[in-house]
Amino acid sequence: MSTQASTAQPSYLVDTGTRKGLMAWLTTTDHKRIGLLYLYAMLTFFFVAVGIGFVMRLVQLTTFQHLITARTYNALFTVHGVIMIFLFVVPGIPAVFGNFFLPILIGAKDVSFPRLNLLSWYVFMAGAIFAVLSLFTGGGAPDTGWTFYAPFSLKTGTNVSLAVFAAFVLGFSSMLTGINFITTIHRLRAPGMKWFRMPLMCWALYSTAWIQLLATPIVAITLVLVILERFFGIGIFDPAKGGDPLLYQHLFWIYSHPAVYIMILPAMGVITEIIPTFAKRPIFGYKAIAFSSMSIAGVGSLVWAHHMFTSGLSSLSVMLFSLLTMIVAVPSAIKVFNWVSTLYKGSIDFQPPLLFALTFIFLFCIGGLTGVMQGALAINVHIHDTYFIVGHFHYVMFGGTGMALFAGLLYWFPKMWGRMYSRKAIYASWFPMFIGFNMLYFGMMILGMMGMPRRYYVHLPQFHFMHVVATVGSWFLVLGLLMFFGTLIYAMFKGEKAEDNPWGGVTLEWTIPSPPPQENFEEIPTITQGPYHFVQQEGKS
Amino acid sequence: MSEHVEQASEHAAEHPGYGTFIKVWVALVVLTGCLVGMSLVSQTYAVWGLLTLTPLKAGLVFYFFMHLRYEGPLFKVVVLVTLGTLLIFFALLFSDVAFR
Amino acid sequence: MSGHLHRDDFGSRLGMWLFLVTEMVLFGGLFIAYSYMRYRYPGEFHHGGSELNVTLGVINTVVLLTSSLTVVLAIVAVQRAEKRRAMTFLGTTLVLGLTFLVIKSFEWGAKFHHGLYPNSPHLATLPPGEQVFFGLYFTMTGLHGLHVVAGLSVLGVMLWWVATDRIRQDRYIHLENGGLYWHLVDVIWIFLLPLFYLAA
Repeated sequence: MSTQASTAQPSYLVDTGTRKGLMAWLTTTDHKRIGLLYLYAMLTFFFVAVGIGFVMRLVQLTTFQHLITARTYNALFTVHGVIMIFLFVVPGIPAVFGNFFLPILIGAKDVSFPRLNLLSWYVFMAGAIFAVLSLFTGGGAPDTGWTFYAPFSLKTGTNVSLAVFAAFVLGFSSMLTGINFITTIHRLRAPGMKWFRMPLMCWALYSTAWIQLLATPIVAITLVLVILERFFGIGIFDPAKGGDPLLYQHLFWIYSHPAVYIMILPAMGVITEIIPTFAKRPIFGYKAIAFSSMSIAGVGSLVWAHHMFTSGLSSLSVMLFSLLTMIVAVPSAIKVFNWVSTLYKGSIDFQPPLLFALTFIFLFCIGGLTGVMQGALAINVHIHDTYFIVGHFHYVMFGGTGMALFAGLLYWFPKMWGRMYSRKAIYASWFPMFIGFNMLYFGMMILGMMGMPRRYYVHLPQFHFMHVVATVGSWFLVLGLLMFFGTLIYAMFKGEKAEDNPWGGVTLEWTIPSPPPQENFEEIPTITQGPYHFVQQEGKS
Repeated sequence: MSEHVEQASEHAAEHPGYGTFIKVWVALVVLTGCLVGMSLVSQTYAVWGLLTLTPLKAGLVFYFFMHLRYEGPLFKVVVLVTLGTLLIFFALLFSDVAFR
Repeated sequence: MSGHLHRDDFGSRLGMWLFLVTEMVLFGGLFIAYSYMRYRYPGEFHHGGSELNVTLGVINTVVLLTSSLTVVLAIVAVQRAEKRRAMTFLGTTLVLGLTFLVIKSFEWGAKFHHGLYPNSPHLATLPPGEQVFFGLYFTMTGLHGLHVVAGLSVLGVMLWWVATDRIRQDRYIHLENGGLYWHLVDVIWIFLLPLFYLAA
């Protein structure tokens, strides 16, 4: 397999066109380069938002107001949320690994619409720039929280209009990517690559793309209505004019809850690729995982009102959504069982990607189970809008999607850059990250149980101890992140050359050189078997 | 790839002529007339017209003008999934509004 | 760059249909908002609807339906390599689309003249339900109008491409996709007519 390295095509990292350097990257239609463009942009935003989160934790180190004003604190948690959600977690894995690996995994040379793909990146960057501009122009950074709840978002003097428009533009980019992926999967599978021979990452991306298409437009129109409301006063969300803020909440969560599954499904796809490679076993329950992806996408779109249990919905509605919320846990659990069963009696090769994949499973289980807790009405009313919620969704978003993104980076790093990182340094970064993560977010959940409301810039003395624990945790977490990305950035330039198949993976990306050639394959492969077909002796050696 | 060639040729096989579409247009105009007529009778009739004739008109446009009739099953599924999703959103929203 | 060596018309149409999915859901969100509000304010919606000009609404419906027909006929003409006919049909569509916009602007102008526009002092004196009705009316017809403008721009380019033979008998996928967009704009109007003018 690894003898294929002598290929006629140059690596995708080499400029062969008339344009060189930065211009070659900015005008590329190569899905691999576009994936990296997304990655670099997103990690930049990620660290900005990490910095904001770090400052917010510093503020909670005392029981009195210091460092910043209350209004700045409001702006900080809004901007932290907007950047993390719209610029990092939602587009994260599909835009980076989806772009880079989807065509390779199905044996294609590129996505269906390469130029549209580049356009999506530019639209994404435009949205990002609007988001950043909204902080410094108009009435200052928005202070509504990332949810932009009406009627406050209609009345506040801060620059909500531009921030909302940024989210609209980012949604547009997300839809274009979704259109591209669905068409690619339908049209460009290699000969013999039947639906059930696709690697499960493709199934995850396919179901994600469908949510992107069916849910994103709803938030797009909702955000347009907020803008129209602010400029023209159309009155649809304004109770003074007969409008209804609850309608805003409904429309907002019709998108934003499925958005949670836009975030987590591709993460699950990454994990599903990693586990069999390091267990050297075919994935347990291929079809169950494929269908659970689709059913998460389906059922996950029908649970939105569990964000609104305390808003005054009808009792019927509350019970219905509580039930649906519990049901959506089933397909997620199916996946977890399948991952664990794949590991069972596998010949496990313990490597950094597997460590982060297992971390994902651990943290995601905590995040997922606390999610089911909140589906129960009695508990929900008690912990609504407390730090419990904040802790919970950080477990899912960061512990889930974030860790899967890190695991994917570690897994595919040698393929993407053709170099290998120091495994010891990665292991060393894991300890502060893992310990800090749990101190910070489990601490938040305890605070929430004690009654600490979210989005307060000061706290009462009885919450002080746990706040200090959480803040210290945030220091460890940031230290771990810096070590992690420091290691990877060093390896990007100075790492030793990686083999074509360092992990012994069997999906298509490991059959081509590292880094991949420009058109991925010398010759489009013909597929004759399922994706995780490990040769018997590989497990024994 | 083979699938692609199949479907492309399948599409090219039967091109409907001018006549079909003109007939559909006549039907659409007549239906619009009925809709207006019903709305003149009473509010109840108007609502029934809205609920029955309008989807019918939209269906005609989808089926003929947008060539769904001449496409394979995939596009029909795509449209049905979309409409089904909207319908479910609608129903779940009304589980709140109508019972508040 | 690469990838354009083979042409995938089916893939292009699939991409277009998926884009139309997003458009349907976009307006679907508005229709959901409409039904939510209408459920709350049936009387006010009825009263608001009676202030709209049914005649103009119906004329506009027929105009748009006809413009849809001419697009689809233009495709037939291209398939039969009848270039002049195709151009005539597309030109008719453009004229009809513009007619729609002109009628629409007269309608809006009349409303504005009567002090009916979002945030107007007169509107503020009406009951809340009617304010919401007109808010939705201007939002939905306005957004639809923007789609008409977008569709006309696309079809204008198509006309240009037919004239310069970029669209011809063996290569008309762009015209098909442009047409699909135009028909969707038509379908949305088919729903707007009864929602606002007839059954409100």
